[in-house]
Amino acid sequence: MRQVPATSAAPAADTRDKADRARGRCGHAPAGPVRPKVVLTEVNDTVRDAGGGTPPPDGVPAIELAAATKRFRTPSGGVYTALRDLDLRVEPGEFCAVVGPTGCGKSTTLSLVSGLEAPTAGQALIHGKPVTGIDPRVGFMFQTDAVFPWRSVLDNVAAGPRFRGMGKREAIDKARDWLRRVGLSGFEDRLPHQLSGGMRKRVALAQTLINEPEILMMDEPFSALDVQTRQIVQNELLGLWEMTRPAVVFVTHDLEEAIALADKVVVLTVGPGTVKDTFTVDLPRPRRVQEIRMQPRFVQLYERIWTCLRDEVELAYARSAGTAPADGGVALEKAGSASGPAGEGQH
Amino acid sequence: MAAETLTRPGPADTDEATAARAARSRRRNRRLLILGAQVLIVVVVIGGWQLGAERGWLDKFTYGSPSGVVSQLKTWFSQGTATGSIWHNIAVTMQETVLGFLIGTVAGVVLGILLGRFRALADVAAPFIKAGNSIPRVVLGSIFIMWFGLGPSGKVALAVVLVFFSVFFNAFQGTREVDRNFIANARILGASEWRVTTQVVLPSAMTWIVASLHAAFGFALIGAIVGEVLGAQAGLGQLIEQAQENFNANGVYAGIIIIAALALIAEFLITRFEMRVLRWRPSELSGDAAGL
Repeated sequence: MRQVPATSAAPAADTRDKADRARGRCGHAPAGPVRPKVVLTEVNDTVRDAGGGTPPPDGVPAIELAAATKRFRTPSGGVYTALRDLDLRVEPGEFCAVVGPTGCGKSTTLSLVSGLEAPTAGQALIHGKPVTGIDPRVGFMFQTDAVFPWRSVLDNVAAGPRFRGMGKREAIDKARDWLRRVGLSGFEDRLPHQLSGGMRKRVALAQTLINEPEILMMDEPFSALDVQTRQIVQNELLGLWEMTRPAVVFVTHDLEEAIALADKVVVLTVGPGTVKDTFTVDLPRPRRVQEIRMQPRFVQLYERIWTCLRDEVELAYARSAGTAPADGGVALEKAGSASGPAGEGQH
Repeated sequence: MAAETLTRPGPADTDEATAARAARSRRRNRRLLILGAQVLIVVVVIGGWQLGAERGWLDKFTYGSPSGVVSQLKTWFSQGTATGSIWHNIAVTMQETVLGFLIGTVAGVVLGILLGRFRALADVAAPFIKAGNSIPRVVLGSIFIMWFGLGPSGKVALAVVLVFFSVFFNAFQGTREVDRNFIANARILGASEWRVTTQVVLPSAMTWIVASLHAAFGFALIGAIVGEVLGAQAGLGQLIEQAQENFNANGVYAGIIIIAALALIAEFLITRFEMRVLRWRPSELSGDAAGL
């Protein structure tokens, strides 16, 4: 697969910057070449990482879930609680990864922020204002392919601006520009089914980012890709994110992916989901996901977060497998250490 | 990859070429065999019928004969029928059919999508739709003759009713089956509910809708013909009815042949339309549907 022009600048600077970045609270304060509005902080009371956090500048996070609870009615007439009293803050320009076991309501958090669903109790806020419907500042990338299969690649990317009332010619020009940024120039007239999985993800990425969202929701967007393709697309995502710096909530079950991409990793408990712990990822940016996982700091973070996540994963597995926690626990612990932080494996 | 192909010796290429040639000739032989079998069936059936009629095994008066059907067609096309030229009759029937097909399809798609999109509406309408669907449609023909008289509107109405239900249920189901992610994605990208309906739901449900059109055109034709048989001033159904009253078996068969030819032409056009609207689908999926 081709390297994308837009992102290729970032990895080049990577190794050079590593040394200086490592000194401070890297990742955050030091400004990269393209980083207009970066002020990244943590919510003080949830920070577990060494060093603490600097207080937010104006105290208004880009995204906030305050004691959010979401219940669903099940088809059998019962009530299922997906989220319980979940608190989450994401500062403007911050990349927040949410990890948790299967069925802990990770995706539900995204629906609440994007306005696709309303919380049953508590609040979802964007820039301090309650979410009342779909907010035009929000972008959403779905787990499964959500690009429209009946539209050409170009029309898919132009869809957002067209839906928002931009003129056809202008929207098409903008879409061409974004296709170039994700390295898909020359594929304008293809249909989605004629592309590889990685290329379809890049179409989805361009389709979402063309609206220049300030808030970006990502629901395990790369989980269907093979490991090599996934790493390439992850790099591309980071490169594109650096350009406009939206606040991101990135849901994944892959802890490696979470640490490689994010400034902050939030661990959710097994459902009903609530925040178990929050970890700051002080790895330098710009990052190159293929290499960052070999850094000692990465391994250290991985071990620490995995220790936190492991219990939840074991519990979730025990529930789904219907076995006693002890049995499932042993099996999973082995699997966890085998895949290891630097390995390519899934857990 | 490139190195591998370069180092691979020549014979591999010739092997592939030979295999491809063999496969081609196998395919050609198979096609010829199938065509031969089809021709044989036609010859046996038509020839047997003709032979039977000539030898007196089959009563010509009751069963007609292929030569009789041909001469009847010749008469119709050269001298016209009792109710004007044959082209006029074909035009009347086709007009009723196409009009009924279009009105029924549009109504079925609009209502199907509407009820598919709004759950409450569907719940309200469900018993009425079910009741309407349970009425044997052909009896409506009599009612429509009373309402609209012997002109074409009664036939159109019958065709509409027949087409509507077959399209409606598919459009409804297709709308319900639209991937929730497509809708959520469009909404987040900024689409209004109207745009979601026209630009996401409709194209997505099109697979279902188009599948119903094949059957729907057949229903439209049935509606028009049955309407004409029940009472009309012109049309193919009326021709068949006339022939039946005169105990002209050849006339009935000739009418059937013309109708079948029209249905085949329409089927061809609908398949073309289907390939056009569904060309975004992977070819192995839409290709199969066009096969039969």
